[in-house]
Amino acid sequence: MKPGFMTQAFAVARRDLRRERRSGEVVWVTLPFGAVALLLIPIAIGTDTPTLRRVGIGMFWVVVMLFGVLIAVRRTTADSLAQSDMVALTGIDPAGAFVGTATANVLLLLLFEVVLGVLTVVLYDVDLGGWQWFPVILILVAVGLSLLGTIAAGIVATGRGAAALVPLIVAPMSVPLLIAATQAFEGLRLGESILTWVLMLIVIALVLSIAGVLTARPLQETG
Amino acid sequence: MSEATAIVSLSGVAVRAGSVPILRDIDLAVDAGESVGLFGANGAGKTTLLRLMATLNRPSEGRGTVFGADLAAPDRFEVRRRIGYIGHTPGWYPELTLAENLGFLAEVMGCEPSRVHSSLAEVGLAGAVDRRADRCSHGMQRRAEFAKILMTEPDLLLLDEPHSALDSDAIDLVDDLVRRTIARGGAAVLVSHDRARVAALADRTFVIEGGTLT
Repeated sequence: MKPGFMTQAFAVARRDLRRERRSGEVVWVTLPFGAVALLLIPIAIGTDTPTLRRVGIGMFWVVVMLFGVLIAVRRTTADSLAQSDMVALTGIDPAGAFVGTATANVLLLLLFEVVLGVLTVVLYDVDLGGWQWFPVILILVAVGLSLLGTIAAGIVATGRGAAALVPLIVAPMSVPLLIAATQAFEGLRLGESILTWVLMLIVIALVLSIAGVLTARPLQETG
Repeated sequence: MSEATAIVSLSGVAVRAGSVPILRDIDLAVDAGESVGLFGANGAGKTTLLRLMATLNRPSEGRGTVFGADLAAPDRFEVRRRIGYIGHTPGWYPELTLAENLGFLAEVMGCEPSRVHSSLAEVGLAGAVDRRADRCSHGMQRRAEFAKILMTEPDLLLLDEPHSALDSDAIDLVDDLVRRTIARGGAAVLVSHDRARVAALADRTFVIEGGTLT
């Protein structure tokens, strides 16, 4: 009997996390590079604490966006034609595979955000006002970035020079994510309502989810 | 042989890569209980034809069906679980063990999990189930591909150079697998440079030359 959508998605997520655990690509390569980027900025602009405190959150999100997309894009683009064929011939629902991959990426991105977040607090002495909202914002950004990267990876996997399109797709789509994330943290610092920005992050996640599920089959078959 | 009884039916099929013709005017029917051998020089179009039958390529012209599903229509996705395709290169995830690789396929295809270990044992890999795929030799990875076939029991085998990188025991195992598939009413298409071995297995043989079947 053909397994259901969620069973297939769960199997794909587990496969991706297991592969990551063995290869350590995120933990031992991307994460240290992100940490180095956060370390270099204070060296470049000086150790003036008020300045670092002012730019800290912005720098954190820029690093998360730049390196986070790499986390989401990395695996699918590295898969060989033989691996893609093997998966396609299982008759898997491509939307289920998309959801599974995106879920694994969300978990990896959350790990990335938390480690870099702690480092940002230590290095930039940022204000922790409204900290109880941090998990909500971090999760929503991880979901948005994961969906964006997974769609981009699907486009790259179609070949034919599609990789060149990825920055053109990712850059404009990540701008609203970056704005909403930074403004939400700024709102928390100033004690203002962040509902607008949280709603914006939710809408981005919903739009990307629908786009990802609908394009999963055409992208699989173009590859 | 009619399209209704054939597992694979190709009529006037052409495949192009951009403007370059790969296959031209292919007419071929493979019936249930039949095995077909395909020979040809490198670049003749053998692999493209096999991928077409595996629903991984679409025809640029003509009409083709596999298990009655049109190769140009979305219903071809529904028959994929009935196809056992083995290409040039094994597609195992290098970081996962052989059991984990097969376990993943079993999970997404709805196979009995216990079949993972028994299939690997049947192809002589009982001692390597927990070995990562990238630490297995090419021959072991090829054997594992045949374990996948044993586990999923497809009705159509599409095998590209099935005997390459295999020792004599594994070659016998592959031949036995083809015969068992045929015996239970399935079909097999074998692409090979080893004419003598495949001719002994196949009911009919064809040569592909310049993208056409003779």
